[in-house]
Amino acid sequence: MAKERIQIMVCGGTGCTGDQGEALLDNLKLELEANALENSVNVVKTGCMGLCSMGPNIKILPDNIIYTGVRPDDAREIVSEHIMKGRRIERLLFTDPGSGEKLATEKELSPHRKQLRIALRNCGIIDPESIDDAIAHDAYEALATALTNMKPLDVIKLIKDSGLRGRGGGGFPTGIKWEIAFNNKSDVKYVVCNADEGDPGAFMDRSILEGDPHAVLEAMAICGYAIEAAKGLIYIRAEYPLAVSRLNTAIRQAREYGLLGTNIMGSDFSFDIEIKYGAGAFVCGEETALIHSMEGDRGEPTVKPPFPAVSGFREKPTIVNNVETYACISPIILKGSEWFSSIGTEKSKGTKVFALAGKINNVGLIEVPMGTTLREVINEIGGGIRNGKKFKAAQTGGPSGGCLTEKHLDTPIDFDNLIAAGSMMGSGGLIVMDEDDCMVSVAKFFLEFTVEESCGKCSPCRIGNKRMHELLEHITKGKGVPADLERLKNMCHVIKDTSLCGLGQSSPNPVLSTLENFREEYEAHVTVKKCPAGKCKDLMEYFIIAANCVGCTACARVCPVGAISGERKEPHVINPEICIKCGACMEKCKFDAIIIQ
Amino acid sequence: MSSIKIELRQEDINKIKEICTSFGNDPRELINVLHKCQEHFGYLPAEVQEVISDELEVPVAKIYGVVTFYSFFTMTPRGKHPISICMGTACYVRGAETVLEEFRKELGLQVGQTTEDGKFSLSSLRCVGACGLAPVVMIGDKTYGRVAPDDVRNILKEYE
Repeated sequence: MAKERIQIMVCGGTGCTGDQGEALLDNLKLELEANALENSVNVVKTGCMGLCSMGPNIKILPDNIIYTGVRPDDAREIVSEHIMKGRRIERLLFTDPGSGEKLATEKELSPHRKQLRIALRNCGIIDPESIDDAIAHDAYEALATALTNMKPLDVIKLIKDSGLRGRGGGGFPTGIKWEIAFNNKSDVKYVVCNADEGDPGAFMDRSILEGDPHAVLEAMAICGYAIEAAKGLIYIRAEYPLAVSRLNTAIRQAREYGLLGTNIMGSDFSFDIEIKYGAGAFVCGEETALIHSMEGDRGEPTVKPPFPAVSGFREKPTIVNNVETYACISPIILKGSEWFSSIGTEKSKGTKVFALAGKINNVGLIEVPMGTTLREVINEIGGGIRNGKKFKAAQTGGPSGGCLTEKHLDTPIDFDNLIAAGSMMGSGGLIVMDEDDCMVSVAKFFLEFTVEESCGKCSPCRIGNKRMHELLEHITKGKGVPADLERLKNMCHVIKDTSLCGLGQSSPNPVLSTLENFREEYEAHVTVKKCPAGKCKDLMEYFIIAANCVGCTACARVCPVGAISGERKEPHVINPEICIKCGACMEKCKFDAIIIQ
Repeated sequence: MSSIKIELRQEDINKIKEICTSFGNDPRELINVLHKCQEHFGYLPAEVQEVISDELEVPVAKIYGVVTFYSFFTMTPRGKHPISICMGTACYVRGAETVLEEFRKELGLQVGQTTEDGKFSLSSLRCVGACGLAPVVMIGDKTYGRVAPDDVRNILKEYE
């Protein structure tokens, strides 16, 4: 363990690293060296601290002070003021978007108040590249407990009793899955970690892998012990270089410490883990597709049953769990099933990690108890909507989910309530939208994704989604007719009912839920050919307010197609037939006389 | 299969064989083999796939099927400075589409194309996990956050 007195934890999440976090880390080290402090102050690159929109972030221990928006140039002041003189640097403290108050410690921070970190317990706290640091934070203690004090069936019972459900989207009870694999006797079984996070706008799993890789390795070993498997496979996309490199480091260290490999901790249990690379296909999040991909084939799903727990990778019983599910295992072993099941709602136990993004003040990674309301997430953790705009919708479940609206703000978030509201938990992307977002375009955006990612095996998904996308394209271009809305709805139901796998069965959700909740917006597009949010370019018209126009002719001169006419010092007019909606006139007008309608 | 015809040098062929051998010529390791080959050549032209086909004893049609299935594999060489615009939902709602449009206009490229001088290629990807910086553009390994359409010209100037 580090014996340094002070630790400066620098967030090493993708957001902060991409925003000159590396340069900041280097500068901090240089400044410490310049002041001969390198031996008493340790600079650690941690996992994501969850305050992504304010990054790059650092935390100074043991003071537990968080500085946000730290630039590489701030390193000198941090060392000379905070480290050497013990003075807080006010300007780098987090400012509460609501009250404008400066908040310093993690506990005070408004985005942290409603949170409970189980899966993210070590993210931003430990050095993810040091197994010693992880062990100092209880890593591998649960594995030791399981190996010495529990039989495989005890582990399975504990997980069943805890009520843990799969965090990858489906919400299938984890303990039951393990039990099925346990009951299927076989010489070889596999434990697979699904780290193929393909949901656009979601980065929970990669943050866990980047911030606390040992949590996942340990849980996979526990699962291996429970179902009597000796081989673990992590399926991860090659596009996540940082997560891959940290996993490789963690696996190497765990092997060195005898925590992976043969006869773990002197027991007769042996287990090792190998990384399998995906290559970017959303459908590979579906477990049968994932298994085919690991076998070197196209990642096309197959009909279940047989379920992977019966016949999976290389036709052997295989457990496929998601990263976040694994990250919950060790605390359950250490603290008991009752502790876990006391958190959350009746049928959804524990916490859920969300990647909170979109039109919200505090973009970031959050973990809240199941049952927290959307209002609490948006207002108290997220710090409200950006630029004081009005909340319109929150999208959960990515391309498989739907939109929650104002009427759902006080619904406790859990698996079943989200399904009842026409959405789903999904892996945990939570995108907030404001009054400027056009819901028809949002539905179109998700369908575009589905069309691109459909594997093409079954026709409802391959052809149906393409046809739906064409219809939405038509509607957003102002060529839709009212009958299109019914047609859309019918297609949604056909695709849902007849697709082979989860991707197809859930792909109409964004359309269905927006049709249901924002019907009037669709109607405006197909009847009066207007986009109420002002997003669909083809439905907008540029218009000059005569009262504001002084007749300076600036707009007419800049118009590339000569659509603006009018005498000097007289109000001008735009001919919508000629206008190409380039917006040049609006940019040029100094009198705010040109508006979009 | 591919419009660009290339001639593999003997050392290239040897490299492919070496990669295949390192995975025990196991057809189930096809995706790993393709990753290593793409790392080496930068892309996976038909000629490379043909050598892999011989080595792993897998029909070239199957290899082509796998290469075209996964978005990470490409059969056209990428530019010296590959530009990827994040089209994840967070970036989308913060205006990634207009940024992409600006890159398209500035470079005269469609998504998936490379400039004639081989300098830039344009692609879109789904979520780089830096949603706090949305909209995000990546050029090579460098991340640009909070990109507005007006910034595009200046960003490209850095690579002149």
